[in-house]
Amino acid sequence: MIDKKDVEYAAGLAQLKLDEEEKEKYTEQIGEILNYVDKLSELDTDDVVPTAYTVPMKNVLRKDEVKESLPREKSLANAPDEKDGHFRAPKIMSD
Amino acid sequence: MNIYDLTIHELKEKIAAGELTPAEIKKAYSDRINEVEDRVKSYITIIDELAGDELADYENKKEGLLAGIPIAVKDNMSTDGIKTSCASKMLENYKPPYNATVVEKLNEAGAVIMGKTNMDEFAMGSSTENSAFFVTHNPWNLNHAPGGSSGGSAAAVAAGECAAALGSDTGGSIRQPASYCGVVGLKPTYGMVSRYGLVAFASSLDQIGPITKDVEDSAILMNVIAGHDPQDSTSIAGKKEDYTKYLKEDVSGMKIGIPEEYFNLEFDEEVKASVLAAVEKLKEAGAEVETVHMTDASYALAAYYVIAPAEASSNLARYDGVRYGLRSEQAADVSEMFTNTRHEGFGDEVKRRIMIGTYALSSGYYDAYYLKAQKVRTLIKDDFDRIFNDFDLILTPTAPSTAIELESKSDPLEMYHTDIFTVPVNIAGVPAMSVPCGFDSNDMPIGLQLIGPHFGEGKIIQAAYTLEKLLNINEKRAEL
Amino acid sequence: MTTKYETVIGLEVHVQLNTDSKIFCGCSTEFGKEPNENTCPVCLGLPGTLPVLNKKVVDYAIMAGLALNCDIAEYSKFDRKNYFYPDLPKAYQISQFDLPVAENGEIEIETEAGLFNIGVTRVHLEEDAGKLIHEGSIDKSKGSLVDYNRTGVPLIEIVSEPDMRTPAQAKAYLTELKMIMEYLDISDCNMEEGSLRCDANVSLRPVGQEEFGIKAELKNMNSFSAVEKGLEYEVKRQQKLLDEGKKVVQETRTWDESLNKTISMRGKEEAHDYRYFPEPDLVPLEIDAAWKEEMRKEIPELPREKYKRFISELGLPEYDAGVLTGDKDLAVFFEEVLSDYDDPKNLSNWMMGEFLRLLNENGQAPFESGVSPINLAKMLKMIDQDIISGKIAKKVFEKMYNSGSDPETIVEEEGLKQISDEDELENMVDGIIADNPDAVEDVQNGKDRAIGFLVGQVMKETRGKANPGLVNQMLRDKLMD
Repeated sequence: MIDKKDVEYAAGLAQLKLDEEEKEKYTEQIGEILNYVDKLSELDTDDVVPTAYTVPMKNVLRKDEVKESLPREKSLANAPDEKDGHFRAPKIMSD
Repeated sequence: MNIYDLTIHELKEKIAAGELTPAEIKKAYSDRINEVEDRVKSYITIIDELAGDELADYENKKEGLLAGIPIAVKDNMSTDGIKTSCASKMLENYKPPYNATVVEKLNEAGAVIMGKTNMDEFAMGSSTENSAFFVTHNPWNLNHAPGGSSGGSAAAVAAGECAAALGSDTGGSIRQPASYCGVVGLKPTYGMVSRYGLVAFASSLDQIGPITKDVEDSAILMNVIAGHDPQDSTSIAGKKEDYTKYLKEDVSGMKIGIPEEYFNLEFDEEVKASVLAAVEKLKEAGAEVETVHMTDASYALAAYYVIAPAEASSNLARYDGVRYGLRSEQAADVSEMFTNTRHEGFGDEVKRRIMIGTYALSSGYYDAYYLKAQKVRTLIKDDFDRIFNDFDLILTPTAPSTAIELESKSDPLEMYHTDIFTVPVNIAGVPAMSVPCGFDSNDMPIGLQLIGPHFGEGKIIQAAYTLEKLLNINEKRAEL
Repeated sequence: MTTKYETVIGLEVHVQLNTDSKIFCGCSTEFGKEPNENTCPVCLGLPGTLPVLNKKVVDYAIMAGLALNCDIAEYSKFDRKNYFYPDLPKAYQISQFDLPVAENGEIEIETEAGLFNIGVTRVHLEEDAGKLIHEGSIDKSKGSLVDYNRTGVPLIEIVSEPDMRTPAQAKAYLTELKMIMEYLDISDCNMEEGSLRCDANVSLRPVGQEEFGIKAELKNMNSFSAVEKGLEYEVKRQQKLLDEGKKVVQETRTWDESLNKTISMRGKEEAHDYRYFPEPDLVPLEIDAAWKEEMRKEIPELPREKYKRFISELGLPEYDAGVLTGDKDLAVFFEEVLSDYDDPKNLSNWMMGEFLRLLNENGQAPFESGVSPINLAKMLKMIDQDIISGKIAKKVFEKMYNSGSDPETIVEEEGLKQISDEDELENMVDGIIADNPDAVEDVQNGKDRAIGFLVGQVMKETRGKANPGLVNQMLRDKLMD
């Protein structure tokens, strides 16, 4: 089914940090859920088109018109850190 | 009846007749909150000053459909300048700089927004126990859960802490708590109510809907919130109606299907008995009830537990600590900041679903999981379409039991199973309403689900209104 | 004996579209604003926000597809490309995965070695990310500063087939692509400003082998010359590895402009599992024949067609045709003058000469100077009609350029008309003959060059206005019997 390596891979992709205990726990729980999900293979879907959109719509478009942007203070209002009008985050790579 | 027990339409009548002023109404509800909130704990944020402003503005909005009426809003709908936390540590101090479209509509209608209600974190859960802050208690029995994820909204309505509330429904999150709390909850057709401003969980399944004390209030709220929004590309134009015109006591000739596969699943006997008794009442009133055959609901649940987490894993990736919300203190570089922030900010259930979703979309597994689930989704949609060719409505229980006890379900899969009757509805995108149909031997409310075809809210409202009048239990209130 | 290798190059070009507003929200796309001034809840990806597609963006993508001879999809959709980076607000980019707007195109390019057809695999739409700058230097960085003005600016990504075999071909392809986009007027196409970006895939394979070799992806080439130098370096690097019996590693390499080499980004780049899935917040696109036709009509004559027509119909040399069509405005200007003037070669000389010289000196574009097509046509006719000499015309042209005035007025005001009146000229000539007896004697003694001196004197006397041809003839008639 799903093993710890799979959980580590998914956690890495999702930028989630897990300790050993969590890895064990999630491996078990997610395994159970995916077991249940496996019943989907009981249904024949060979000629079935997947539903990407429940709403049968197409071509929802808007005119190329400029609307007022947010004042900068509002855009930055929730920023944990900012500098000179920029959002500030830690550096990209540690040495 | 106490003022806080009155429905929207009753309050409007009294305002129009000069018997009550909006200020008196506001005070009655505020007092009620003070009286019961420490036991029920519906609200994450109670809004005082804003309500004051809106009262002052009452003269300008007197013609509004909700003028002077206290409404609560689930805490995953953006309110400009007011904390919108989604019951998560990740957004504990986040204040959006804009209003959700539904909030704008409430404001334009003159509603008095009482506060933001508690929920399962990021709408992931079925009991409101996944809130990162505190648990909400069912007003009918404080040791029981109010349901989820819109537990706070449902409890607030049932406890008289607001006249009505907005909830959101992705797999049953309006209907199931409505059922547990003995109130009316409607999930509209996908696309009928704008999602702009609703913090996304599963984009192809999420819908906002009303949670109310009776069916008439549901129709009134729908008249306010439904309709096309150019800011939501999935919002539908040209299908909105005056839902109050369906408030008729008449089900003669209505064809109602009872899906055998749903009723054959194992669930609480008292719930079954109550629902079937309500069915008899509808038959007596002239409805034509027949058994129908549908795909086993567990397939829908399986598809849901791929599709919803997959979309959620993508929707929740934006919470990285850069622009808003929680940012972890310990971080030598950006990568550490991402992982530490998300570790500290997300609860257990959220992490679990993000990982399932990430896995289902990942290279090598996309076909077997996500694509397969989307194909099964087509089968389920077609199934509903087939039934609705011959039937007006489908009727099922809302939940397999009455409100579960708090802390009773530790296994995620067990908790997921409480959504078994509600999930297929979201998968197909059709509308459905939970309406109270009785009480169990512990005096806990039982809910019945009426499912309609796409844009069939009118039929649902009509049947629900009729049933409500036949059963005559909608005036009963929780004793707090 | 070393194996002969064939180079295989494919280019991925990102073109920023110059619509007024962004692809999914109404914020302005204007370049050069203060950080985070062109942002809104949607392009910041705030919780609860949703995208709404800008129609003009699709119009432009269809035009680009048609101009590159692609098939335009009848049914197209958007997908999410999921990855984490501080300049990506939603932690996914809305892009197109399996159903792009256009596919299966090709364009013709020309290098010194001849003509080649380069295939275009696909053209798809996506949104741009923000700008991240390192606080401090890259190696001693203290933090990252992010500006989201650029998030949501519309991009088309043009992917070529791996059909190029030399860096020169790659440069020609890129040049042709840029010109096409400029002719369509859908992008500023400025590599320095980032509205045109180019990444390359390079591999080598033994001549005759069908299978492709291992490829390296090159990034960070921020000018045309960088693209050419980067490719040349990379080809040599891979050649050396293979000659030494080593294997080329599949990796991403960045071009370092200061060190003039490509550097491996291995270790800093992990394999990306983008987990593409259909974007649930947008509905699909259905592009019908009517929409395609509407866009086809918006496409002007493209550079290659114009180039060929200038040669075959107007009889211009290849060089002239190349210069004139190399800039869209120059070509349009040229054609506008021609609607009123019928000597293309003469016009070409003037435009490639005086006009381009002044435009370059002043840093202006063809329609930004004082010279209008009508006035240039008039001026050229005045030369042809001997009203002014070619030399005087240069003065007139420069005056036109700076003042915007028409040539007749300038000639009138400055009294620059060519003197062709025989009586007037005869007076001058007689005068000069009288004043320069030595030179006259030289002429009569057979020194032909002295005629030139005497003509020069007349020209000096008349400040260049005398008709030099007539003066020359007159002197000969009088002095050489």
